[in-house]
Amino acid sequence: MLTIGRDIVDAIVAHARRDHPDEACGIVAGAIGSDQPVRHVPMDNAERSPTFYRFDSTEQLRVWTQMDDRDEEPIVIYHSHTATEAYPSRTDVDIAGYPDSHYLLVSTRDPETAEIRSFRIVDRKVTEEPVRIVDASVDPAAVTTYMFGQSPTTVDYECSA
Amino acid sequence: MAIEVRIPTILRSYTGGAKSVEGAGDTLADLLADLDTRHAGLRGRLVTDQGALHRFVNVYINDEDVRFLGALDAKLKDGDTVTVLPAVAGGAFAIAAAAALAGSR
Repeated sequence: MLTIGRDIVDAIVAHARRDHPDEACGIVAGAIGSDQPVRHVPMDNAERSPTFYRFDSTEQLRVWTQMDDRDEEPIVIYHSHTATEAYPSRTDVDIAGYPDSHYLLVSTRDPETAEIRSFRIVDRKVTEEPVRIVDASVDPAAVTTYMFGQSPTTVDYECSA
Repeated sequence: MAIEVRIPTILRSYTGGAKSVEGAGDTLADLLADLDTRHAGLRGRLVTDQGALHRFVNVYINDEDVRFLGALDAKLKDGDTVTVLPAVAGGAFAIAAAAALAGSR
């Protein structure tokens, strides 16, 4: 399961809409081992293409070095599909080199509703996982202190697979 | 001649889990051959059977992508740091192409 703040999802969808019809891509970094994506980094699509994306290699090194310095890792690697569903293509699977990351796909083919799905891609095997979007306005500390026994506002997207 | 080579998570099975290893060589090709003597199989993940750098692996010497430095012929000197990062790439092309060929969409 991927748990991610609504503000970050909104920023990712906004990025995908902005770059539409080209594919948009980026990462969300978080502390190593935390599984918590907290720092959104939109990246350039060096291909500037509606059917392909690639992180610019120089930008990638800069962002990866920055993560190293901050003891972070790419918790989420995202990109958009602009005319097809939010499911990893064979190209995505063949190239996927980060087995510890959540691969988040956004489809912008519908101008009104963004489709968001998350996958693990390990040894060319794709496993879909639920996405739990947490309202960032609910402070987790406040939940335990003042709202004990209640859940923060969440939306669970069911796997269709 | 010692060159530090930083290894990404996905390739650490070749280095006994080490995040970085040391190697030697005047060029990137020499360095990878040297590394392969101690970390068998690592070179094969970076270089194709045709002897070119794999398209979806980024290799940097210090801060520069080796594709701008002559790829496998890129020169190395003592104290350089080589960083290996899997490229992040993909896209809908294959699925669209397959669908077009199948005439299903």
